[in-house]
Amino acid sequence: MTASPITGVDAEARVNEAIDKLLADHPPGSTEPKVFWGAQFDAGLAWVDFDEGYGGLGVSPRFRELVTRRLNDADAPMWNRVANILGIGMAAGVLQTHGTDEQKQRWLRPMFVVDEVWCQLFSEPGAGSDVAGLATRAVRDGDEWIINGQKVWTTLAHLAKWGMVVARTDPQQPKHKGLTYFVVDMEGDGVDIRPLYQITGEAEFNEVFFDDARIPDANRIDDVGAGWRVAMTTLMNERVAIGGNTPPRSSGTIGIAMDTWKQSGSGDVGDRRELARLWGEVEAMRLTAIRATENMQAGVPGPEGSTGKLAWADLNKEVTAFTVGMMGFEGATIPEGYTLEPTVYDTRMTERILSPQRWFLRSRANSIEGGTSEIMRNILGERVLGLPGEPRVDKNIPWSEVPRG
Amino acid sequence: MADAITFARTDEQNMLASTVREFLAATVDYDAVRTMSTTDNAFDAATWQGLAEMGLIGLHVPDQFGGAGFTAIEAGIVFEELGHTLTAVPLLSCVMASTAILAAANDEQKARFLPWIASGEKVATLAVFEESHDNDPTSSATSLTQQDGSFTLSGTKRYVTDGPNASLFLVSASTPDGGALVLVDSDSDGVEVIPTHALDPTRPLAEVRFDHVSIVAADVMQGAGSGIRTAIDMGVACLANEQVGGAQWCLETSVEYAKTRFQFGRAIGSFQAVKHLCADMLVAVEHARSVARHAAASFDDPAESAIAVPLARSVCSDAFVTAAGDTIQILGGIGFTWEHEAHLYLKRAKSASILLGSVYAYRDRLADAVGI
Ligand SMILES: Cc1cc2nc3c(=O)[nH]c(=O)nc-3n(C[C@H](O)[C@H](O)[C@H](O)COP(=O)(O)OP(=O)(O)OC[C@H]3O[C@@H](n4cnc5c(N)ncnc54)[C@H](O)[C@@H]3O)c2cc1C
Repeated sequence: MTASPITGVDAEARVNEAIDKLLADHPPGSTEPKVFWGAQFDAGLAWVDFDEGYGGLGVSPRFRELVTRRLNDADAPMWNRVANILGIGMAAGVLQTHGTDEQKQRWLRPMFVVDEVWCQLFSEPGAGSDVAGLATRAVRDGDEWIINGQKVWTTLAHLAKWGMVVARTDPQQPKHKGLTYFVVDMEGDGVDIRPLYQITGEAEFNEVFFDDARIPDANRIDDVGAGWRVAMTTLMNERVAIGGNTPPRSSGTIGIAMDTWKQSGSGDVGDRRELARLWGEVEAMRLTAIRATENMQAGVPGPEGSTGKLAWADLNKEVTAFTVGMMGFEGATIPEGYTLEPTVYDTRMTERILSPQRWFLRSRANSIEGGTSEIMRNILGERVLGLPGEPRVDKNIPWSEVPRG
Repeated sequence: MADAITFARTDEQNMLASTVREFLAATVDYDAVRTMSTTDNAFDAATWQGLAEMGLIGLHVPDQFGGAGFTAIEAGIVFEELGHTLTAVPLLSCVMASTAILAAANDEQKARFLPWIASGEKVATLAVFEESHDNDPTSSATSLTQQDGSFTLSGTKRYVTDGPNASLFLVSASTPDGGALVLVDSDSDGVEVIPTHALDPTRPLAEVRFDHVSIVAADVMQGAGSGIRTAIDMGVACLANEQVGGAQWCLETSVEYAKTRFQFGRAIGSFQAVKHLCADMLVAVEHARSVARHAAASFDDPAESAIAVPLARSVCSDAFVTAAGDTIQILGGIGFTWEHEAHLYLKRAKSASILLGSVYAYRDRLADAVGI
């Protein structure tokens, strides 16, 4: 667990000093990305709020933004965060909160330098929003667990070395109680990965079949039966990773909308007003994210991270649909065409420029991935606002007795 | 409208709807559509053949020219069914082309051109738009020039629906005497068809270049401006009914899934968030159906169709785009996959709201027509 963060001027000076040294010793222009990331990790600048020795300096998480800004300004390579988004954005936080020292030692550094890519195996054909209803079974066998079942929508599984997997270890318990969290070797025996193509033709995600795959008990995260707790940490981190970042003003899809407006040259007053309205909504969300980051001191993101995810999902869909609408007939074309191919996550991912039409299609997932907007609204209503929950038919009965349609 | 508005269908019309529905249900093959989606020239040849055999390609072409002699109402019926199954056939293009010919051609030309189209022998399409923000298909940078009794056509048309599969183009061109519509065979020297990657690959698009193409006088239709407008209005009415069919598919698919998909031990349709999306979709589909049918029935009354056509464009475009988006949302992860049909409908919906001209332009027309 994190030691109480050093705050204030001292901490800021320490972070700045570490950055100065990193940039001096490893000039981004002449350093291989992987070497740079290794040095960044060793300097405690991977996740500054993590403990020293594990990629951090034990300072407040609000200094993450400082690190990002300064490294960005120095043109340091940052695409590890894209290439290993589920590792660096999610698994790292899980290990920090729930992992043993050995586990952090083993996994954090190779994750940060992208020697080992991570994926997240929660969703199943029968368990999406209701992920606690999942059916993949893990059974203990001495020092190992034997895992069987099917996962689906597993982003990056085709490139991953490690997977965060939640499995049912006790079907007789109520559904939230019988779950355990593991890290599974995606290259091991009994793991079959098949691409799932999506609306754009590419395959970011996969379906994954476990057929007597074996996981050493040393790869269990937290206690047997504590899987739900760990899963919640993962999802909190995910929702922050998706909705809680603070991109520069007028960047991302609203920036594309502004470019499209300029290029269209239509001067249409209705379009202009609508664009200004959307820009305002996006900016309101951005300012809220900045405020939330400032308020977040404890290192574990709270449910207020959910406002960003919900707002962003719906807005991004609206912005991209509007952008395509501004394009005239060109909006009925798609410059990339449709080819079925698994996604490559590397520098190309950050460099490639997607057409507004492609963004329009991709954004359809924003209100589904990482928890649907309906679920986000339930979370905001119930956990943030304290509204009563819906009557539940699936709680406090053994998982095996829950109705399945 | 001079007569009271009515939506009642005759027995023959009901029969037409069920015949087409049954035929399409038997031929629809979404796997084939998905495969076609990776190409730029999707074309469901078997279904097209079947439609030809049923006499539906020239459905609104008078019998003397080889058509079925139906009105726009019957056309609307057929398009609603085609939209429901998302069939990749160039009927919209052919209907617009033959409507333009009926409006702009002389009798000799009609007798020559229309049977080709009505029989299904040749796919014809309008080639009228040139720029991305082209809201006036009757003005044209493409030119038809005359020298020593022979004509030459030069220019580039873009966003030509079904362009990659068409063998006849009806090209708008300017002449010293005003706008003309020119019939051009795709095999003619100087014609180059460049397929465009279409957002909705089930409705292929092309850029078509005409580089000093020789044209015989008999293939030139003068006074084409009103012909093009009539054709596009007919296209909008057909497309609106197609949008209704697509939105109806979305509604059925969403409701069915909401009843059978369980999460948290309950059908997801028991959650108000999902139930209300379905209910809103029902309202939107029913409204769209009313205005689409009304548009198709309005053509005998020009004052009413001046309202009904842009009205249908406005309401049906939004209804289908929203329904398709919400369907993906209700389906969750599966709705985002290539394997599920939902994305085909989203692409069709978005594309349909763009092709034939921006919804905004039609709202301007509507505002003018109703005195806003
Ligand atoms: C691009 C993409 C990438 C993804 N990557 C991953 C990944 O890497 N790893 C992973 O584990 N998963 C991943 N997912 C899966 C994602 O988390 C699930 O799709 C999501 O949680 C929804 O589950 P579902 O698809 O089963 O939909 P369902 O849960 O079946 O939902 C269907 C509909 O019902 C609604 N609904 C369900 N329950 C309720 C309720 N209680 N109240 C109101 N409405 C409700 C939903 O909002 C939705 O509209 C990814 C999904 C996408 C689209």
